[in-house]
Amino acid sequence: MKLKTIMFWASLALVVIMACNFVMAGKAITLKGSDTLLMLGQRWAELYMQKNPGVVIQVTGGGSGVGIAALINGSTDICQASRSMKDSERKKIRERYFNLGSEIPVAKDGVTLYLNEKNQISELTLDQIKDVYTGKTTNWSQLGGPDAKIIVYGRENSSGTYAFFREAAMKNADYTSSMQSLPGTSAVVNAVAKDKYGVGFGGAAYAKGVKEVAIKTAKGSFKPTAETVKSGQYPLSRNLYWYVRGKPSGEIKKLVDWVLSPEGQEVVKTVGYFTVK
Amino acid sequence: MNSKGHLRKIKDRIKIGLTGSAVLLILAILAVILGTVIIGGYKSISWEFLTQPPKEGMTKGGIFPAIFGMVFSLLMMLIAVVPVGVATAVYLHEYARPDFILTKLIRGAVNNLAGVPSIVFGLFGLGFFIQFIGGSLDRSLGQSGLFGQPCILWASLTLALMNLPMIIVATEEALRAVPQAERAGALALGATKWQTIQNVVLPQAIPGILTGVVLVVSRGAGEVAPIMFTGAAYYLPYLPKLPTDQFMTLGYHIFVMTTQSPDIDATMPIAMGATLVLLALTFSLNIIAIIIRSRTRSQLRKGR
Amino acid sequence: MSLKKTRFKYLGESLIEGNIKITAILAIIAVFLIFFFILRESLPIFFNGEVQQEITFGKFFQGIQWQPVSDHPRFSLWPIIMGSLKVTMIALVFAVPVAIGAALYSSEFAGRRLKEFIKPVVELLAGIPSVVLGFFALIIMASFLKNIFGWTYRLNAVNAGIALGFAIIPAIYSLAEDALNAVPKSFREAALGLGATPWQTAVKVVLPAALPGVSAAVLFGMGRAVGETMVVLMAAGNAPLFSLNPLESTRTMTATIAAELGEVVFGSGHYHALFFIGLTLFTVTFVINLISWALFDGLMSKLYGAKK
Repeated sequence: MKLKTIMFWASLALVVIMACNFVMAGKAITLKGSDTLLMLGQRWAELYMQKNPGVVIQVTGGGSGVGIAALINGSTDICQASRSMKDSERKKIRERYFNLGSEIPVAKDGVTLYLNEKNQISELTLDQIKDVYTGKTTNWSQLGGPDAKIIVYGRENSSGTYAFFREAAMKNADYTSSMQSLPGTSAVVNAVAKDKYGVGFGGAAYAKGVKEVAIKTAKGSFKPTAETVKSGQYPLSRNLYWYVRGKPSGEIKKLVDWVLSPEGQEVVKTVGYFTVK
Repeated sequence: MNSKGHLRKIKDRIKIGLTGSAVLLILAILAVILGTVIIGGYKSISWEFLTQPPKEGMTKGGIFPAIFGMVFSLLMMLIAVVPVGVATAVYLHEYARPDFILTKLIRGAVNNLAGVPSIVFGLFGLGFFIQFIGGSLDRSLGQSGLFGQPCILWASLTLALMNLPMIIVATEEALRAVPQAERAGALALGATKWQTIQNVVLPQAIPGILTGVVLVVSRGAGEVAPIMFTGAAYYLPYLPKLPTDQFMTLGYHIFVMTTQSPDIDATMPIAMGATLVLLALTFSLNIIAIIIRSRTRSQLRKGR
Repeated sequence: MSLKKTRFKYLGESLIEGNIKITAILAIIAVFLIFFFILRESLPIFFNGEVQQEITFGKFFQGIQWQPVSDHPRFSLWPIIMGSLKVTMIALVFAVPVAIGAALYSSEFAGRRLKEFIKPVVELLAGIPSVVLGFFALIIMASFLKNIFGWTYRLNAVNAGIALGFAIIPAIYSLAEDALNAVPKSFREAALGLGATPWQTAVKVVLPAALPGVSAAVLFGMGRAVGETMVVLMAAGNAPLFSLNPLESTRTMTATIAAELGEVVFGSGHYHALFFIGLTLFTVTFVINLISWALFDGLMSKLYGAKK
């Protein structure tokens, strides 16, 4: 009998809670997509909600692909992507919504090559980087360093950074099988920081406790800085995007405008990315 | 001869000591892990840590949303798994004939379920709950992305399925401990079978069922693989309200903080603190289970 | 009036019984559903022409590279099967002696007090969530082992295997202890009476008698190790290398699913390939557990038969 009573009250309480929630659930703006942009989106959301009480912004990750899929099937308002949409994805959007959606660059990122701080090497050419990541170069002595094996770290193949790096630095060649793929950029940074002969890549914002490599091009050597990324001199720079179905309007437009305003772009700098303007 | 026997005794002692050192090694493992987490984490624990959301990209603030989401999902899991698990066990032990083919099938199924890797449950949750059930619900309701996406509901159901065998086994064990004579007595007094189960058998089995529930909660709290794709979120700036919201949860939060935080050194104390909270929770649940079990055991001994 | 009441009661009762039965049947359906849905999502590899342009069954066994995101995707399962085997073996090599040693000690040599202390301690070890073990292995143990032994790779199969060992010790221990405890007292008394030392009794009489149960325990631990995800995802380095070297980093089947499912395009060849890996895992662990269960069950009925 007791058991029954407990069960009854428990289920009643649950129903009441759920009913209340249905009533209370307000309209939220949802942001979904790239893990690279997650940190930035989260800070934007924190600040924007502080300034505009009543607006709720929900930020979730999962990856650029997940975000774009969610945008297409309507389960997110804004998609955060660290790569631009593929043609197949644009086609799907057009089929469903009869427009191409809006692509809004909200920040720039320089994908950085990390080395351990004890490593003497401080600049590399893109070809050298490519050889390291395809497995052609396996020893630091081939790059002018000590005679030690190169420990290659990278990201999982589900990450936008993996795809961008493969495209921009490796000319679409495949990564070596001996690359250790770690589940997040900070895991890569952490590994390189602890590994004297390690090398890794990821967003410039994450480079703490590791050395950033300057990339040698015909025009000189460049580290990812605000100027080199904006001017495009740093070869591994990319746009980070927000995608919206149709033209942004209403609350979403207000948010987008704020993000692109000097105030919003200031957040970009504090997080460690680069401004678009 | 005597010295030879003596030597053999010493040799035996050493060998026994070796097996004893295996026990010591287990103790040492436990102590090292606990020690690391306590030393690294105790400084972060404070009232604010437990009641504040993460701030500034998880380098400051607390873990409240993760605790809240965990409790939310575990409650939903219990609502799903306890009635089904107890009913299955009651059927197996009280109704079914042991040599009946259906009984054997159910037993086999339960045993099999217990051995399925947790990541396979994650795959199943994604394929079945989200894509199939959620997708069809959305289509029939004319909505998009309400049920056909990761959320607490699907994550909890995935966890429930995964923990079903544990509840069944614990309940069955508890039912087995109820003396057959008491059932016969109740039946002889004119009670129907269900009345007997409801009023005589189940009340006595409650401590055993409770042990199972406590263990299931402890296990569910720490599982990450099944919920990675079925509902857990990296970061949410608000608390989940509906079962169709995504949620943060402690185990996944620890995973995220150690692999994806923007500044690993600044996050580490928080990650350690969160790990300490999780360990404290699972350990105290396990200890509660151990206490309930030893109590009922000694009661049984007295009863006999 | 009273007749009506009893009839109502009877109806209510059969309703309840029916409900209970249906719920119980749900349990079988659930298992069936799991298998069915994992299978359903892997089938396009065999039958769907569009998917087959990307991936066929044969491709799983061609070459030795797992390189799903590429201009020429390669889906060889060999490196990740090898990875799973490697890590599992290391975990067993570490965990089996410890777990069985401890089980032997607590069932044969420890006093009752000590025994009642050991059991809960091992249960507490079982209570550590695998994500915490992974965290520990990634942040603490990896650097520790690397500094001591000077290994080239910080995250490697041995590091993950040892952490995995922590996870399976309790499972092996508790099954093995149950098996040892099930050996009737008379066996021990007889051996001791014939002049055997306690050690000889334990190793030459009790352990062989319980051997099927102990092997069941090892198999059970093996099933757990093959299916464990978070520890290997965090601590093994995840490089899909086809190599036997335990000091290189390695990628297991479980970690592959966990790492790649997040952003795979639904319905693509890669997506179905991940489900196929899931199906393989399901089948392998199913068979391992089935054997383990049969062994254990057989032993128990034999021993309890002997007791009578």
